[in-house]
Amino acid sequence: MDKSTIAIAQTDLRLGDLEANLAIYERFAADARGAGADLVIFPELSLTGYLLKDMVPNVALRLDAPEIGKLRELSRGTALLAGFVEETPEFRFYNSAAYFEDGELLHVHRKVYLPTYGLFDEGRYFARGDRIRAFDCRLGRIAMLVCEDMWHPSTVYIATLDRALTVLCPSASPIRGISDGAEQDDNARYWESLNRMYARTFAVSIAYANRVGFEDGVGFWGGSEILDAAGNCVAKAAYYQEDLLIHEVSHDVARRQRIVAPMLRDEDVDLTINELSRLRGRLPKAADEPRRAFDGAVNDE
Amino acid sequence: MKQAAKTVPTPDAPHGLLPIPTNPPLLRRILTAFIANEVRKVGLERVVFGLSGGVDSSLSAMLAAEALGPGNVLGIRMPYRQSSAESLEHGEAVARRAGIEMLTVDITAQIDAYFEQFPDADKSRRGNKMARERMTVLYDHSARTQALVLGTSNKTELLLGYGTLHGDMASAINPLGDLYKTQVWALAAHVGVPAEVVEKQPSADLWAGQTDEAELGFGYADVDALLYLMVDLRYSSEDLVAAGFAAPFVQRVTAMVRGSQFKRRLPVIAKVSARTIDRDFRYARDWGK
Repeated sequence: MDKSTIAIAQTDLRLGDLEANLAIYERFAADARGAGADLVIFPELSLTGYLLKDMVPNVALRLDAPEIGKLRELSRGTALLAGFVEETPEFRFYNSAAYFEDGELLHVHRKVYLPTYGLFDEGRYFARGDRIRAFDCRLGRIAMLVCEDMWHPSTVYIATLDRALTVLCPSASPIRGISDGAEQDDNARYWESLNRMYARTFAVSIAYANRVGFEDGVGFWGGSEILDAAGNCVAKAAYYQEDLLIHEVSHDVARRQRIVAPMLRDEDVDLTINELSRLRGRLPKAADEPRRAFDGAVNDE
Repeated sequence: MKQAAKTVPTPDAPHGLLPIPTNPPLLRRILTAFIANEVRKVGLERVVFGLSGGVDSSLSAMLAAEALGPGNVLGIRMPYRQSSAESLEHGEAVARRAGIEMLTVDITAQIDAYFEQFPDADKSRRGNKMARERMTVLYDHSARTQALVLGTSNKTELLLGYGTLHGDMASAINPLGDLYKTQVWALAAHVGVPAEVVEKQPSADLWAGQTDEAELGFGYADVDALLYLMVDLRYSSEDLVAAGFAAPFVQRVTAMVRGSQFKRRLPVIAKVSARTIDRDFRYARDWGK
């Protein structure tokens, strides 16, 4: 499909209350369907709330849970991206995003980068996803990345090399940091620059779905947005309040952008793989492993 | 700025530091949204708070009135017989400006009745007792009017421990707890707190002639600059001295922050079970809200 209409449900929600949040999903999905949207995107963990802590196992859903069945049904007519806690048969818990279309679950992305610093404690409660995959749906080829995933440029790089033309990013981004003269908080402004840079660099459309509301005094700034593949913000939701953002996205922009700036075409994947292979084992690994000093010897292979 | 002019100049702080960002329009938007959200999600519409006539409670009055509507905000003046008449007048002026409901509860009788048994109590004990007496009044009216108790402690006094545990530090929600005093002043001026309240010397008004800066021994402008670098930007003591702060000032403030950590935590629970409250029994306060 060359054109598709994307809706973003910028919701507030109830922490740890699946039933109440499913009702919010139904309300926004109906509005999105009424507006002719092909897809409605909900924020990260919007079926459960964000600051779950020890509640994680209590609100987790297996993919055969009745609530997931409801989301399947809800995706008839207008596809749906849900943010929830996924429980696996071996009892692992993931911060996941699921894409439903016409009653089918097409794809699940498990958040790879779990922020565990400052006010964030996700690594304590969630298992870490281990893959980034684009997939085909009615919007064409897309990829999902959850919030902090996007702060790692490698994720968008992989998604676009995997031929995604659109990146969907459900998020629960908090208000954090104040600067003089700025209309929004520091975190909002960083996200906005990040989204523009990725869209333009990789010539990819981005739909960024943030939530609103407060949990234990932590506010979520909203400001959801849709960017075209030239890095222009073509639709912007309100800050700090609920909103339903709807916009038609066309791949024409990506086509033109990839003609005038064919960086993705010119990307040397083998070079990248070779260099990363060389570095493998020398860089500090995941944050939970002992850090190894980089020995500085880079020219010995 | 007029705020800087009224603080006691000290040789301890460097000049020419980047000022603490204030951004009053953005803070106003965030804090009014915070009050409305955190009050309504527990099924309530109202707040009650101690209206001292100082800049912190005055700012809280204005923000709460904007967030919830003035009719949902109750400010209580709780004078002791030695409290200054000016504080009472300022409280009334703020209540009028904000359009909120105001109540006056004199705590003299209960304070004096108590200290008749302990006539040797020093002014610190008496001041703390008054702060806790006021807390009990607020929580009683919280129950009477179905209102959350709105805290008015700012980040500077919370970090320094310059408040009474279970007294003025007690509240249900606190919109100002992440704002330094200099940010409180800027926001107060922005939202229309009367100038005489914004510009007066800050005081806990626990005894005649008390002022914060005389009692602390340094000015808010200086200590805010220090705390902002230390806490928000994570400067080490060495970094702070290198930035131009006098080493004894850095050491004193560091000791105050560390020494008052207990005031910012729940009571220490002896761990005996596999799952102890707050240690490995971890839930958000907004659980199910």
